Amino acid sequence: MSTIPRDQWYVAAYTAEIGRELFSRTIGGDPILFWRTEAGEITAHADRCVHRRFPLSRAPSRLVGDTVVCGYHGFTYGADGRCVAVPGQTRVPRTARLAQYPVVEQDSLVWVWIGDPALADPGRIPRASYLDSPGWTTVCGMEPLAARYSLLVDNLLDLSHETYLHGGYIGTPEVAATPTSTEVDDDAGIVYVSRHMADAECPPFYERSTGLSGRISRWQDIEYTPPCLYKLHSRIAPVGSVPDPDGSDPDAFHVEVVYAITPETEHSTHDFWLVARDFALDDEEVSAFLAEQNRTVVLQDVAALDVLEQVIATEPPGYQELSVNIDTGGLAARRMLARMAGAVPAERAVPAR
Amino acid sequence: MSGLPPVLTGERVHRIHWVLGTDRLRAVCHCGAERLFDDPVELWAWLLGHPDDHRPTAGAADRSPALAGSPT
Repeated sequence: MSTIPRDQWYVAAYTAEIGRELFSRTIGGDPILFWRTEAGEITAHADRCVHRRFPLSRAPSRLVGDTVVCGYHGFTYGADGRCVAVPGQTRVPRTARLAQYPVVEQDSLVWVWIGDPALADPGRIPRASYLDSPGWTTVCGMEPLAARYSLLVDNLLDLSHETYLHGGYIGTPEVAATPTSTEVDDDAGIVYVSRHMADAECPPFYERSTGLSGRISRWQDIEYTPPCLYKLHSRIAPVGSVPDPDGSDPDAFHVEVVYAITPETEHSTHDFWLVARDFALDDEEVSAFLAEQNRTVVLQDVAALDVLEQVIATEPPGYQELSVNIDTGGLAARRMLARMAGAVPAERAVPAR
Repeated sequence: MSGLPPVLTGERVHRIHWVLGTDRLRAVCHCGAERLFDDPVELWAWLLGHPDDHRPTAGAADRSPALAGSPT
Protein backbone atom coordinates (compact mmCIF):
# COMPACT_ATOMS: atom_id res chain seq x y z
CA MET A 1 0.00 0.00 0.00
CA SER A 2 1.25 3.47 -0.87
CA THR A 3 2.39 5.72 1.95
CA ILE A 4 1.83 8.79 -0.22
CA PRO A 5 -1.47 10.52 0.50
CA ARG A 6 -3.59 11.12 -2.60
CA ASP A 7 -6.33 13.69 -3.05
CA GLN A 8 -3.85 16.29 -1.82
CA TRP A 9 -2.12 19.40 -3.13
CA TYR A 10 1.66 19.21 -3.57
CA VAL A 11 4.24 21.77 -4.62
CA ALA A 12 5.49 20.67 -8.03
CA ALA A 13 7.79 23.56 -8.92
CA TYR A 14 8.60 27.21 -8.48
CA THR A 15 6.54 29.38 -10.80
CA ALA A 16 9.77 30.63 -12.38
CA GLU A 17 10.68 27.08 -13.42
CA ILE A 18 7.75 26.74 -15.82
CA GLY A 19 7.91 28.64 -19.08
CA ARG A 20 7.77 28.00 -22.80
CA GLU A 21 9.87 24.86 -22.50
CA LEU A 22 8.50 21.40 -21.80
CA PHE A 23 9.14 20.59 -18.15
CA SER A 24 8.62 17.29 -16.38
CA ARG A 25 8.58 16.35 -12.72
CA THR A 26 7.32 13.18 -11.06
CA ILE A 27 4.95 13.85 -8.15
CA GLY A 28 3.56 11.04 -6.03
CA GLY A 29 4.71 8.54 -8.64
CA ASP A 30 2.96 10.37 -11.50
CA PRO A 31 5.21 11.80 -14.24
CA ILE A 32 3.68 15.20 -15.05
CA LEU A 33 4.31 17.49 -18.00
CA PHE A 34 4.17 21.25 -17.39
CA TRP A 35 4.34 24.15 -19.81
CA ARG A 36 2.92 27.63 -20.23
CA THR A 37 0.57 28.63 -23.01
CA GLU A 38 1.33 31.71 -25.09
CA ALA A 39 -1.11 33.54 -22.79
CA GLY A 40 0.98 32.52 -19.77
CA GLU A 41 -1.32 29.87 -18.26
CA ILE A 42 0.31 26.79 -16.74
CA THR A 43 -0.84 23.39 -17.98
CA ALA A 44 -0.25 20.07 -16.21
CA HIS A 45 -0.83 16.74 -17.92
CA ALA A 46 0.43 13.17 -17.82
CA ASP A 47 3.90 13.08 -19.33
CA ARG A 48 3.13 10.07 -21.49
CA CYS A 49 1.80 9.98 -25.03
CA VAL A 50 -1.43 7.96 -25.06
CA HIS A 51 -0.14 6.04 -28.09
CA ARG A 52 3.07 4.30 -27.01
CA ARG A 53 3.86 6.13 -23.76
CA PHE A 54 6.76 8.20 -25.10
CA PRO A 55 7.49 10.99 -22.58
CA LEU A 56 6.22 14.22 -24.08
CA SER A 57 8.86 16.15 -22.18
CA ARG A 58 11.63 14.25 -23.92
CA ALA A 59 13.25 15.48 -27.15
CA PRO A 60 12.48 15.35 -29.95
CA SER A 61 8.99 16.05 -28.53
CA ARG A 62 8.41 19.78 -28.81
CA LEU A 63 6.11 22.69 -28.10
CA VAL A 64 4.56 24.28 -31.21
CA GLY A 65 2.41 27.29 -30.36
CA ASP A 66 -0.05 25.96 -27.80
CA THR A 67 0.33 22.32 -28.81
CA VAL A 68 2.74 19.56 -27.84
CA VAL A 69 3.96 17.26 -30.59
CA CYS A 70 5.13 13.81 -29.50
CA GLY A 71 8.66 13.19 -30.72
CA TYR A 72 8.02 9.53 -31.47
CA HIS A 73 5.00 9.40 -33.87
CA GLY A 74 3.72 12.98 -33.93
CA PHE A 75 0.57 12.70 -31.83
CA THR A 76 -0.30 16.33 -31.11
CA TYR A 77 -2.07 17.63 -27.99
CA GLY A 78 -3.69 20.95 -27.15
CA ALA A 79 -3.45 22.89 -23.91
CA ASP A 80 -6.52 21.04 -22.59
CA GLY A 81 -4.77 17.69 -23.14
CA ARG A 82 -7.02 16.68 -26.01
CA CYS A 83 -5.30 15.04 -28.99
CA VAL A 84 -5.81 17.21 -32.05
CA ALA A 85 -3.78 15.32 -34.62
CA VAL A 86 -2.88 11.68 -35.26
CA PRO A 87 -0.34 10.75 -37.95
CA GLY A 88 -1.65 9.26 -41.19
CA GLN A 89 -5.37 9.54 -40.45
CA THR A 90 -8.00 12.21 -40.09
CA ARG A 91 -9.99 10.57 -37.29
CA VAL A 92 -8.75 11.31 -33.79
CA PRO A 93 -9.93 8.65 -31.31
CA ARG A 94 -12.22 10.15 -28.66
CA THR A 95 -10.15 8.62 -25.87
CA ALA A 96 -6.96 10.22 -27.14
CA ARG A 97 -6.57 12.66 -24.30
CA LEU A 98 -3.89 13.27 -21.69
CA ALA A 99 -4.92 13.03 -18.06
CA GLN A 100 -5.12 16.58 -16.74
CA TYR A 101 -3.98 17.69 -13.28
CA PRO A 102 -5.54 20.64 -11.47
CA VAL A 103 -2.79 23.23 -11.04
CA VAL A 104 -2.60 26.52 -9.14
CA GLU A 105 0.10 29.21 -9.01
CA GLN A 106 0.25 30.80 -5.58
CA ASP A 107 2.92 32.44 -3.41
CA SER A 108 5.65 31.76 -6.02
CA LEU A 109 4.83 28.05 -5.98
CA VAL A 110 3.14 25.75 -8.49
CA TRP A 111 0.71 23.45 -6.69
CA VAL A 112 -0.63 20.34 -8.36
CA TRP A 113 -3.49 18.12 -7.19
CA ILE A 114 -2.68 14.42 -7.02
CA GLY A 115 -5.88 12.40 -6.93
CA ASP A 116 -9.45 12.72 -8.13
CA PRO A 117 -9.68 16.07 -9.99
CA ALA A 118 -13.33 16.44 -8.95
CA LEU A 119 -12.20 16.80 -5.33
CA ALA A 120 -9.59 19.51 -5.97
CA ASP A 121 -10.37 22.63 -3.94
CA PRO A 122 -7.81 25.44 -4.36
CA GLY A 123 -9.11 26.94 -1.11
CA ARG A 124 -7.41 24.09 0.76
CA ILE A 125 -3.93 25.10 -0.39
CA PRO A 126 -2.01 26.47 2.61
CA ARG A 127 -0.74 30.02 2.20
CA ALA A 128 2.71 31.53 2.63
CA SER A 129 2.10 34.95 1.14
CA TYR A 130 5.37 36.44 2.41
CA LEU A 131 7.18 34.33 -0.20
CA ASP A 132 5.92 36.71 -2.85
CA SER A 133 5.12 39.95 -1.01
CA PRO A 134 6.59 43.44 -0.82
CA GLY A 135 8.49 43.87 2.42
CA TRP A 136 10.08 40.45 2.15
CA THR A 137 13.05 39.06 0.25
CA THR A 138 13.20 35.34 -0.48
CA VAL A 139 15.95 32.98 -1.58
CA CYS A 140 15.13 29.42 -2.55
CA GLY A 141 16.30 26.12 -3.98
CA MET A 142 15.40 22.49 -4.35
CA GLU A 143 17.49 19.44 -3.56
CA PRO A 144 16.66 15.88 -4.61
CA LEU A 145 16.39 13.51 -1.69
CA ALA A 146 16.90 9.76 -2.22
CA ALA A 147 14.72 8.99 0.76
CA ARG A 148 11.03 8.62 1.57
CA TYR A 149 9.29 11.88 2.37
CA SER A 150 8.35 10.77 5.89
CA LEU A 151 12.02 10.91 6.88
CA LEU A 152 12.13 14.60 5.95
CA VAL A 153 8.93 15.19 7.95
CA ASP A 154 10.53 13.55 10.99
CA ASN A 155 13.64 15.65 10.47
CA LEU A 156 11.87 18.99 10.21
CA LEU A 157 9.39 18.42 13.04
CA ASP A 158 12.20 17.89 15.52
CA LEU A 159 14.68 20.75 15.30
CA SER A 160 16.76 19.49 18.21
CA HIS A 161 18.83 17.77 15.51
CA GLU A 162 20.16 21.21 14.54
CA THR A 163 22.50 21.07 17.52
CA TYR A 164 24.20 17.92 16.25
CA LEU A 165 23.77 17.82 12.48
CA HIS A 166 24.01 21.56 11.78
CA GLY A 167 26.46 22.83 14.40
CA GLY A 168 28.34 25.88 13.10
CA TYR A 169 25.41 26.89 10.87
CA ILE A 170 22.06 27.01 12.66
CA GLY A 171 22.64 24.68 15.58
CA THR A 172 23.57 25.82 19.08
CA PRO A 173 23.39 23.92 22.39
CA GLU A 174 20.17 25.65 23.41
CA VAL A 175 18.09 24.17 20.58
CA ALA A 176 18.36 20.61 21.85
CA ALA A 177 18.17 21.74 25.47
CA THR A 178 14.99 23.84 25.34
CA PRO A 179 11.60 22.18 25.94
CA THR A 180 8.86 22.49 23.34
CA SER A 181 5.13 22.97 23.32
CA THR A 182 3.10 21.06 20.74
CA GLU A 183 -0.43 21.73 19.51
CA VAL A 184 -2.33 19.50 17.12
CA ASP A 185 -5.59 20.35 15.40
CA ASP A 186 -6.82 17.32 13.48
CA ASP A 187 -9.83 19.16 12.09
CA ALA A 188 -7.73 21.94 10.58
CA GLY A 189 -4.82 19.61 9.75
CA ILE A 190 -2.09 21.50 11.61
CA VAL A 191 0.82 20.43 13.78
CA TYR A 192 2.38 23.38 15.63
CA VAL A 193 5.60 23.01 17.61
CA SER A 194 7.08 25.94 19.53
CA ARG A 195 10.49 26.32 21.04
CA HIS A 196 11.23 29.72 22.53
CA MET A 197 14.80 30.27 23.65
CA ALA A 198 14.98 33.37 25.83
CA ASP A 199 18.75 33.55 26.07
CA ALA A 200 20.64 31.62 23.42
CA GLU A 201 23.86 31.69 21.49
CA CYS A 202 23.47 33.39 18.11
CA PRO A 203 24.39 30.90 15.36
CA PRO A 204 26.38 32.11 12.32
CA PHE A 205 23.28 31.85 10.10
CA TYR A 206 21.65 34.69 12.04
CA GLU A 207 24.77 36.50 13.25
CA ARG A 208 25.96 37.27 9.72
CA SER A 209 22.51 38.08 8.35
CA THR A 210 21.08 40.22 11.17
CA GLY A 211 24.23 41.76 12.63
CA LEU A 212 23.23 40.59 16.12
CA SER A 213 25.90 38.76 18.05
CA GLY A 214 26.46 37.16 21.42
CA ARG A 215 23.27 36.16 23.21
CA ILE A 216 19.88 36.47 21.56
CA SER A 217 16.23 35.65 22.03
CA ARG A 218 15.44 32.96 19.45
CA TRP A 219 11.93 31.66 18.80
CA GLN A 220 11.16 28.72 16.56
CA ASP A 221 7.49 28.14 15.76
CA ILE A 222 6.84 25.28 13.37
CA GLU A 223 3.53 25.25 11.52
CA TYR A 224 3.15 22.08 9.48
CA THR A 225 0.10 21.44 7.33
CA PRO A 226 0.48 17.85 6.14
CA PRO A 227 1.34 16.53 3.75
CA CYS A 228 3.38 19.17 1.94
CA LEU A 229 3.89 22.63 3.44
CA TYR A 230 6.15 23.24 6.42
CA LYS A 231 6.72 26.73 7.76
CA LEU A 232 9.23 27.67 10.44
CA HIS A 233 8.44 31.09 11.83
CA SER A 234 11.80 32.19 13.19
CA ARG A 235 12.12 35.26 15.40
CA ILE A 236 15.54 36.63 16.30
CA ALA A 237 15.81 39.54 18.74
CA PRO A 238 17.96 41.01 21.49
CA VAL A 239 17.62 39.20 24.80
CA GLY A 240 14.58 40.49 26.69
CA SER A 241 12.76 41.79 23.62
CA VAL A 242 9.18 40.61 23.10
CA PRO A 243 6.54 41.71 20.58
CA ASP A 244 4.47 44.75 21.53
CA PRO A 245 0.90 44.21 22.78
CA ASP A 246 -0.47 45.37 19.44
CA GLY A 247 1.43 42.62 17.67
CA SER A 248 4.10 44.82 16.16
CA ASP A 249 7.63 43.63 16.70
CA PRO A 250 10.03 46.38 15.64
CA ASP A 251 13.10 45.13 17.52
CA ALA A 252 13.04 41.64 16.04
CA PHE A 253 14.26 40.09 12.80
CA HIS A 254 11.82 37.68 11.21
CA VAL A 255 12.85 34.80 8.98
CA GLU A 256 10.33 32.45 7.46
CA VAL A 257 11.98 29.16 6.56
CA VAL A 258 9.63 27.21 4.34
CA TYR A 259 9.90 23.66 3.05
CA ALA A 260 7.67 21.96 0.54
CA ILE A 261 7.97 18.24 1.16
CA THR A 262 6.86 16.63 -2.07
CA PRO A 263 7.12 12.87 -2.52
CA GLU A 264 8.51 12.00 -5.93
CA THR A 265 8.14 8.24 -5.43
CA GLU A 266 7.79 5.98 -2.41
CA HIS A 267 11.53 6.29 -1.86
CA SER A 268 12.49 9.74 -3.15
CA THR A 269 11.46 13.30 -2.37
CA HIS A 270 11.67 16.80 -3.79
CA ASP A 271 13.07 18.95 -0.97
CA PHE A 272 12.00 22.52 -1.84
CA TRP A 273 13.38 25.14 0.54
CA LEU A 274 12.82 28.88 0.83
CA VAL A 275 14.14 31.51 3.24
CA ALA A 276 12.18 34.78 3.41
CA ARG A 277 13.28 37.72 5.57
CA ASP A 278 11.87 41.10 6.51
CA PHE A 279 15.22 42.90 6.87
CA ALA A 280 18.19 43.80 4.65
CA LEU A 281 15.76 43.48 1.77
CA ASP A 282 18.07 44.79 -0.94
CA ASP A 283 21.32 43.44 0.48
CA GLU A 284 22.50 40.92 -2.11
CA GLU A 285 25.33 39.82 0.14
CA VAL A 286 22.82 38.75 2.80
CA SER A 287 20.75 36.97 0.15
CA ALA A 288 23.77 35.09 -1.14
CA PHE A 289 24.88 34.21 2.38
CA LEU A 290 21.47 32.89 3.48
CA ALA A 291 21.06 30.93 0.25
CA GLU A 292 24.48 29.32 0.57
CA GLN A 293 24.05 28.60 4.27
CA ASN A 294 20.58 27.12 3.96
CA ARG A 295 21.55 25.00 0.98
CA THR A 296 24.48 23.66 2.99
CA VAL A 297 22.15 22.83 5.88
CA VAL A 298 19.68 21.13 3.52
CA LEU A 299 22.49 19.08 1.98
CA GLN A 300 23.56 17.99 5.47
CA ASP A 301 20.02 16.73 6.00
CA VAL A 302 19.98 15.11 2.56
CA ALA A 303 23.21 13.22 3.26
CA ALA A 304 21.89 11.93 6.59
CA LEU A 305 18.45 10.99 5.27
CA ASP A 306 19.86 9.26 2.19
CA VAL A 307 21.85 7.05 4.55
CA LEU A 308 18.79 6.47 6.71
CA GLU A 309 16.73 5.44 3.69
CA GLN A 310 19.28 2.76 2.84
CA VAL A 311 19.29 1.55 6.43
CA ILE A 312 15.50 1.27 6.50
CA ALA A 313 15.18 -0.18 3.02
CA THR A 314 17.60 -3.02 3.78
CA GLU A 315 16.69 -3.91 7.37
CA PRO A 316 14.48 -6.85 8.25
CA PRO A 317 10.88 -5.95 9.06
CA GLY A 318 9.79 -5.28 12.61
CA TYR A 319 12.50 -2.89 13.81
CA GLN A 320 11.34 -1.24 17.00
CA GLU A 321 12.11 2.48 17.09
CA LEU A 322 12.31 4.40 20.33
CA SER A 323 10.56 7.76 20.66
CA VAL A 324 11.27 10.36 23.33
CA ASN A 325 9.99 13.81 24.24
CA ILE A 326 11.53 15.57 21.23
CA ASP A 327 9.45 13.34 18.94
CA THR A 328 6.05 14.53 20.19
CA GLY A 329 5.33 16.72 17.15
CA GLY A 330 6.81 14.23 14.71
CA LEU A 331 4.58 11.46 16.04
CA ALA A 332 1.53 13.66 15.53
CA ALA A 333 2.60 14.36 11.95
CA ARG A 334 3.16 10.66 11.27
CA ARG A 335 -0.32 9.85 12.51
CA MET A 336 -1.91 12.53 10.35
CA LEU A 337 0.00 11.36 7.28
CA ALA A 338 -0.89 7.71 7.89
CA ARG A 339 -4.54 8.68 8.15
CA MET A 340 -4.33 10.73 4.95
CA ALA A 341 -2.75 7.75 3.18
CA GLY A 342 -5.59 5.54 4.38
CA ALA A 343 -3.28 3.33 6.38
CA VAL A 344 -5.13 3.71 9.67
CA PRO A 345 -8.67 4.50 10.76
CA ALA A 346 -9.44 8.16 11.28
CA GLU A 347 -9.90 8.11 15.02
CA ARG A 348 -7.62 6.07 17.23
CA ALA A 349 -4.59 6.15 15.01
CA VAL A 350 -1.73 5.77 17.47
CA PRO A 351 1.66 6.32 15.88
CA ALA A 352 4.24 3.57 15.95
CA ARG A 353 7.07 3.87 18.38
CA MET B 1 -1.19 25.31 32.30
CA SER B 2 2.54 25.31 31.75
CA GLY B 3 4.34 26.03 28.51
CA LEU B 4 3.82 28.69 25.88
CA PRO B 5 0.51 30.44 25.22
CA PRO B 6 -1.82 28.55 22.86
CA VAL B 7 -1.63 29.43 19.18
CA LEU B 8 -4.20 27.22 17.48
CA THR B 9 -7.81 28.20 18.04
CA GLY B 10 -9.79 25.15 16.91
CA GLU B 11 -12.33 23.46 19.14
CA ARG B 12 -10.54 20.10 19.24
CA VAL B 13 -6.89 20.98 19.76
CA HIS B 14 -4.60 18.62 21.64
CA ARG B 15 -1.80 20.35 23.54
CA ILE B 16 1.37 18.83 24.88
CA HIS B 17 3.70 20.79 27.12
CA TRP B 18 7.16 19.69 28.04
CA VAL B 19 7.14 20.49 31.76
CA LEU B 20 9.97 22.87 32.52
CA GLY B 21 12.76 21.42 34.60
CA THR B 22 11.55 17.86 34.13
CA ASP B 23 11.59 15.09 31.53
CA ARG B 24 7.82 14.82 31.60
CA LEU B 25 5.16 15.80 29.08
CA ARG B 26 1.76 17.15 30.08
CA ALA B 27 -0.97 16.15 27.66
CA VAL B 28 -4.08 18.31 27.60
CA CYS B 29 -7.13 17.02 25.76
CA HIS B 30 -9.64 19.37 24.16
CA CYS B 31 -12.15 18.12 26.75
CA GLY B 32 -10.01 19.55 29.54
CA ALA B 33 -8.58 16.28 30.83
CA GLU B 34 -4.85 16.32 31.36
CA ARG B 35 -2.20 13.89 32.42
CA LEU B 36 1.59 13.62 32.71
CA PHE B 37 3.61 11.13 30.72
CA ASP B 38 7.20 9.96 30.35
CA ASP B 39 6.61 8.48 26.91
CA PRO B 40 5.15 10.35 23.91
CA VAL B 41 3.73 7.15 22.40
CA GLU B 42 1.73 6.38 25.53
CA LEU B 43 0.76 10.04 25.63
CA TRP B 44 -0.73 9.94 22.14
CA ALA B 45 -2.51 6.66 22.88
CA TRP B 46 -4.20 8.36 25.83
CA LEU B 47 -5.04 11.60 23.99
CA LEU B 48 -6.49 9.75 21.02
CA GLY B 49 -8.45 7.49 23.31
CA HIS B 50 -10.75 10.38 24.17
CA PRO B 51 -13.16 10.06 25.93
CA ASP B 52 -11.91 6.81 27.52
CA ASP B 53 -10.23 7.50 30.81
CA HIS B 54 -10.57 11.26 30.36
CA ARG B 55 -11.92 12.84 33.49
CA PRO B 56 -11.90 16.58 33.28
CA THR B 57 -12.15 18.09 36.69
CA ALA B 58 -12.72 21.65 37.76
CA GLY B 59 -9.40 23.33 38.39
CA ALA B 60 -7.46 20.58 36.67
CA ALA B 61 -5.02 23.07 35.29
CA ASP B 62 -4.18 24.23 38.78
CA ARG B 63 -3.16 20.83 40.07
CA SER B 64 0.48 20.21 40.73
CA PRO B 65 2.30 18.14 38.13
CA ALA B 66 2.70 15.28 40.59
CA LEU B 67 -1.02 15.11 41.28
CA ALA B 68 -1.98 15.60 37.66
CA GLY B 69 0.30 12.76 36.68
CA SER B 70 -0.90 10.29 39.26
CA PRO B 71 -2.33 7.15 37.72
CA THR B 72 -6.09 7.06 37.73
